[in-house]
Amino acid sequence: MAERKCTLSVLVENTPGALARIAGLFSGRGFNIDSLCVAETLDPTLSHLTLVTHGDDFIIEQIIKQLRRLIDVYKVVDVTEEGDFVEREMALIKVRAEKEYRDEIYRICEIFRLKIVDVSPRTYVIEVTGDKNKLNAVIDLLRPIGIKEIVRTGLIAMKREKKTP
Amino acid sequence: MTGAQMVVEALKREGVEVIFGYPGGAIIDIYDALYKSPEVHHVLVRHEQGAAHAADGFARSTGRVGVALATSGPGATNTVTGIATAYMDSIPIVVLTGQVPTKLIGNDAFQEVDITGITRPITKHNFLVKRVEDLPRIIKEAFYIARTGRPGPVLVDIPKDIQQAKGDFNYPDEIHLRSYNPTYEPHFKQIEKAYQLLEKAERPVFLIGGGVISSGASEEVRAIAERLNLPVTMTLMGLGGFPGEHDQSLGMLGMHGTYFANMAVANCDVLLAVGARFDDRVTGKVDAFAPNAKIIHIDIDPTSIQKNVKVDVPIVGDCKRSLERLLEVIKEVGKPKKYWKERYKEWWEQIDIWRKRYPLTYKEDPNYIKPQFVLEKLYELTKGEAIICTEVGQNQMWTAQYYKFKYPRTLISSGGLGTMGFGFPASIGAQMGNPGKLVIDIAGDGSIQMNIQELATAMDQRLPIKIIILNNGFLGMVRQWQELFYERRYSAVKFATIPDFVKIAEAYGAVGLRITKPQEVEPTLKKIISMDKLVILDVIISPEEGVFPMVPAGKATTEMILV
Repeated sequence: MAERKCTLSVLVENTPGALARIAGLFSGRGFNIDSLCVAETLDPTLSHLTLVTHGDDFIIEQIIKQLRRLIDVYKVVDVTEEGDFVEREMALIKVRAEKEYRDEIYRICEIFRLKIVDVSPRTYVIEVTGDKNKLNAVIDLLRPIGIKEIVRTGLIAMKREKKTP
Repeated sequence: MTGAQMVVEALKREGVEVIFGYPGGAIIDIYDALYKSPEVHHVLVRHEQGAAHAADGFARSTGRVGVALATSGPGATNTVTGIATAYMDSIPIVVLTGQVPTKLIGNDAFQEVDITGITRPITKHNFLVKRVEDLPRIIKEAFYIARTGRPGPVLVDIPKDIQQAKGDFNYPDEIHLRSYNPTYEPHFKQIEKAYQLLEKAERPVFLIGGGVISSGASEEVRAIAERLNLPVTMTLMGLGGFPGEHDQSLGMLGMHGTYFANMAVANCDVLLAVGARFDDRVTGKVDAFAPNAKIIHIDIDPTSIQKNVKVDVPIVGDCKRSLERLLEVIKEVGKPKKYWKERYKEWWEQIDIWRKRYPLTYKEDPNYIKPQFVLEKLYELTKGEAIICTEVGQNQMWTAQYYKFKYPRTLISSGGLGTMGFGFPASIGAQMGNPGKLVIDIAGDGSIQMNIQELATAMDQRLPIKIIILNNGFLGMVRQWQELFYERRYSAVKFATIPDFVKIAEAYGAVGLRITKPQEVEPTLKKIISMDKLVILDVIISPEEGVFPMVPAGKATTEMILV
């Protein structure tokens, strides 16, 4: 069976140990987590978790069922299966910014509508938000200039609403 | 009320009359509360593993939630094997552990261990109590989670300061867990689909697992099987869910299942599986398992469906409820018994040919006691009315093959985890839960030594358990594998020292007997059954006896080694 990437949107009780249970489920059953983002929702008793994983249909079905089996898990939605969705990731990129590169960095920032959030005599910290492709494109352009450090958040995703009433 | 008193009060509210445990510094407050509450009878075990297995045996034999109590650290970790055993077989137990005071958690305090972390993968759910006012609700939830849906073990870890803290006791009447809603009611359309498959079937087989027993569905199983004239086969956990001596019973299937059960499954065109999870010991090589069959799978846990085999009609629901609904459809369509008798006549003729060709059998030997013979006799003498606990290995498989379990909850055996040392402490729990009943532990000389210290517990409680050791001087099942698949390289399967089990019995104040000849079997079994005492019967059996039929691991279930 063909492998596919799968982004899951998981609502889980905001209790200690809930995240460990989810992570433990993956490690204990030999599934892989590609990326994981967690934060509180509008309802502070629930946490929202975006989890990116991969596998064939059989594995993904197992992952979803096993997640639903956890007592703390309220809802699991496979956003990749349910049609249209938006996904975003953020990265902070610390890049070498000696005088000769500054114009070039500025141009890249303008083209991609990036923000420079920290400036030091020799470095800039650039904030990038977008889908994976945009992030990768920015990183590829900045790499020759000299990236000192990258921190990425991992993916968050949300289903799009139907456009027709 | 202190937290410790709340725990005891909550146990009372849950109707708990007996708990199994071992005290220690971090649980001493609960023990103090128990001291003042004689309504909750505490059984002092000799090892916390024994407490967990005893709670498990209590639960399996009574259908109620078993409770174990242990202190923090080593006390808690000693329950782990017992918890994992209950988890694999979906047995409802609640394990209460003491924990170091809240302020010391994470400081590597004396006897501290992260038991909720350790048991996370082997519990249905677990809790660390952080506020005394949560304690009653958490215990209520623990019992609720343990016994509802697909049952399982729940652990509650209670820090010492929470046990000592005071608060109001508010025991909720009902539990609402928004994230936990097991599906009991099956989808009716699916039930109808299942019926349609059965109606079209030429060669159906009814496969029943432990879910039938835990949901109390054996009446329904029998009604459907008899009405539709279906051959019934059982997993190890399903034994007793349909009477073993019924002429429609094919006995157990799988690795040590009967030839005819495995042949029937391999050749069936519709497999109606209920409360069974298609363990690899049942399926053998999955591709060759019921290869031409449409599979109907009823299970309360959606995770079990499609996990190991491809299913054509998945039905998520309580086994009892689902079979009730199926029975309604069957009755509504109204084809009489006679119709189904006629319909599956050819199929039954084929099954009878298989039954006659390779019945479950063994070679008698005047010089040695055959273990199969012991179990046959035991069934005859107890008329299937006893609760039989087993250890794990050859003793377990011979029991499954030769003792024809008549009723549900009469076989207490570690199926999924295969825990040696389970049977005897489980028999303590079973006997505590069934005071007037005959409880027998079928053991091997290896397994019995894994929790032999519990003899003291059983003696304390004056439990008239009968331990029958099928003693071949080997770790028999491993030896059998080495014989068949490792060119008789008998690596580490023979103990240099085997204790004198008769003397061990006597040392604990129990009765010890030993037999070595076939003609001693019947009179001795009669004798021990009539004794109102704990007895160890050391049965010296032929050392090289094997369990057959056998399907080599990973092979198709039709590729059986017959004798």
